[in-house]
Amino acid sequence: MARKLGVLLVVLALVWAVPVLAADTPKSGGTIVFGRGGDSVGLDPAYETDGNSFMVCDNVFEALVAYQDESTALEPGLAESWDISPDGLTYTFHLRKGVKFHDGTPFNADAVVFSIGRMMKERKVKFMDPKLTIPAQERTPEYWVSMEMDSTVDSIEAVDPHTVVFRLKRVEAPFLANLGMDFADIISPTAFSKDPKAFVRNPVGTGPFKFVEWVTDDRIVLEKFADYWDKRGGPYLDKVVFRAIPENSVRFLELKTGNIHICQFPNPADIDLARKDPNLKLTEQPGMNIGYLSFNHTKPLWQNADMRRAIAHAINTKAIVDNIYQGMGQVAKNPIPPTMWGYNESVPGFAHDPELAKQYLAKAGYPEGKGLPEITLWSMPVPRPYNPEGLKVGVAMVSDLKKVGINARIVSYDWGTYLKRQREQPEDMDLFQLGWTGDNGDPDNFLAVLFDGLASDSVRTQWKNEKYHELMLKGKQTIDQNQRAAIYKEALQLIYDECPVISIAHSTVIWPALNNVQNFKLHPTSSVRMKNVWLK
Amino acid sequence: MLAYIVRRLLILIPTLLGVSIIVFMMLRMTPGDPAELLLGERATNEALVEVRERLGLNEPLHVQYGLFLKRLAQGDLGETIWTRQKVWTEIRERFPATIELAVVALGISCVVGIFLGIVSATRQYSIFDYLSMLGALIGVSMPIFWLGLVFMLIFSLGLGWLPISGRLSIGVSIETITNFYILDSLLTRNWVALRDVIWHIIMPAVTLSTIPTAIVARMTRSAMLEVLRQDYIKTAKAKGLSNFKVVYKHALRNALIPVVTTIGLQFGVLLCGAILTETIFAWPGVGKWMYDAVMKRDYMVIQGGTLFIASLFIFINLAVDVLYAVINPRISVR
Repeated sequence: MARKLGVLLVVLALVWAVPVLAADTPKSGGTIVFGRGGDSVGLDPAYETDGNSFMVCDNVFEALVAYQDESTALEPGLAESWDISPDGLTYTFHLRKGVKFHDGTPFNADAVVFSIGRMMKERKVKFMDPKLTIPAQERTPEYWVSMEMDSTVDSIEAVDPHTVVFRLKRVEAPFLANLGMDFADIISPTAFSKDPKAFVRNPVGTGPFKFVEWVTDDRIVLEKFADYWDKRGGPYLDKVVFRAIPENSVRFLELKTGNIHICQFPNPADIDLARKDPNLKLTEQPGMNIGYLSFNHTKPLWQNADMRRAIAHAINTKAIVDNIYQGMGQVAKNPIPPTMWGYNESVPGFAHDPELAKQYLAKAGYPEGKGLPEITLWSMPVPRPYNPEGLKVGVAMVSDLKKVGINARIVSYDWGTYLKRQREQPEDMDLFQLGWTGDNGDPDNFLAVLFDGLASDSVRTQWKNEKYHELMLKGKQTIDQNQRAAIYKEALQLIYDECPVISIAHSTVIWPALNNVQNFKLHPTSSVRMKNVWLK
Repeated sequence: MLAYIVRRLLILIPTLLGVSIIVFMMLRMTPGDPAELLLGERATNEALVEVRERLGLNEPLHVQYGLFLKRLAQGDLGETIWTRQKVWTEIRERFPATIELAVVALGISCVVGIFLGIVSATRQYSIFDYLSMLGALIGVSMPIFWLGLVFMLIFSLGLGWLPISGRLSIGVSIETITNFYILDSLLTRNWVALRDVIWHIIMPAVTLSTIPTAIVARMTRSAMLEVLRQDYIKTAKAKGLSNFKVVYKHALRNALIPVVTTIGLQFGVLLCGAILTETIFAWPGVGKWMYDAVMKRDYMVIQGGTLFIASLFIFINLAVDVLYAVINPRISVR
């Protein structure tokens, strides 16, 4: 009897212990349902521009280089390693062997030349297989164009089945980081050539999940790719379903009832509910973005740095972040997020100091605001990732300005007109709100794109500063990251000194999930990676 | 009859032409540039030029319209700006969902609305009359958005009877033939899917039906009241016919004309897509699609969608007119 009891105890102990031991070991199987606000537009990474499309592509495709799990630091992707020539103009990628596309096509140098080459305006490409050709391009590869890849890449050549050489027209330090972006994903040339028009709805890549089904405006279903090359971790899930549920509160209800596992962009009020719910947990990640207020630098009034400083000190950014971002943001002191290399910790930021603002105002020739005409403050009509409510932020700013004697009024248009008119820097625009979400984790992608008005008239803040322009050029042309970080720190100091822009906030992304979702990490680029996710 | 139908169908052409001109002009006059919206904050001047060129937005208006008409004559509604799919493909993918929802909602409205209307008319000024007309008033004025959420809280979160949103549960598959899920699951004898589809459609359909039900009920009531006062009803009663026969055989048939007109109009309204209902219940139909298109200024979607809906409207009106003759033999269509 005693022995039987002993055996029973041991068995019980084992039964109890096994789940404890197994708790942190990834388990295979199951279907995860990701609830999101809208459907994808298309699934050909070269041509998409929206997050809902990229998040599916992130799981179906891979690029030569990859961003690390929770940062934009680079790691090998489909390229095992790469060499950069001393002059910075030739990049040689050594490709991973034994990788297959979902349709069985082997991954090789030709696939790389095909995928990237198809976006080039002038296709200076060379394949191993002389019969391979790229069908004519029917659409504009928006990201390729906006990252100015045509002025960077000269030619792409497959030198052997597992080596690709990129020759550049100019030294471009962010080039490698660009290749980690979705638009540079590698696609199956076989699948694309078979029917180039249909590919956008039937994507074939090398990623951990393969595409199964797309029910428009409802769901996209992916399935585990059994022949995935990387055996170190996942995919663990059998299926991944992206479900479109447009209404935020309904999406959250679906999460509460357990019908979806992760809820994208909940209402801020629901985040508190999620925090209290024992079945839910919150995943959080500071977004790689900046919401800012800038000036119409074409008007003489705003070419006076004291005027700009007066505005900067008048505005209470902390109150804006506390009340309007509702805890989903942090006050910004640099126009790049703190998680990014090159961030300048020593910049003090503009303290909220109405007295100091008044002093600057007097220095600029408008004591107590006397003689200053009413100024306009352009505010965004739509929520953006970096600013949940542009109009409310505008109202708060107007009242802050009033306190130092500056009369301002809010101007807003529909979003398309806002973007268009802002670009024209019209006379009736004094201050404007706008922002940016980073693409590749490179400071150049914020600092040059947003503030170097001498580089291009497409730059939203037409701030023209010789010294800043030189720093931006130097940043692009220096390959060593430490040296570049120093350059960008200097640029950030210059931005603080000259105050061409007032950094308001970096928004934080918080998505609730069911407790049994394991290893789901939000990425700064907002990409959604299911590879290592598993269900308890 | 046939000549009448053909004539009515021929009127379709000038009507659609008119609709297309109005929509085309209104779209171009509305502020907001599709190219800017497509590229967002990151647009460079070069990219904008390229997109406008590709979309043909740089051409003068009459050239753009001519091109649109030329394609239309070939039965081509063009490609959407955002997804670059054929507009017709997108309509075909979404319309079945909208029609399915509209038909079920309208079915509920007809049955409930006509029943309520008759009962209130026959028992005018009774407590039932007051209650059902109060219900109708509430039905018309209830914000759909709020009602949908309340239904979800009660029937899904609270009681757990019905699914919250969508058309089909994850894990249930259906072989799509027509994209009408009820029909498809019947055709393939997939009873699991049929049950799931019906479970999903109940809440959105009931939500969507509140306004039409109320309208139909009030229309039925007033039409019935008028008919019930007629002499022939007195005659029928005097003949000793049962109350049921008088009401349902003699009165209702004559009262139905304005009711059918109302139902026809309501069906048209429902088909345009119930933007709110579709949005709350994540119903992948045409209403949400058109709404998004307006926000993104997807000219092609709005033009194509509006034309399609306009022709549907005309067909429904035609069907209603033909129905008149069926219901009331005194009316003949010529």
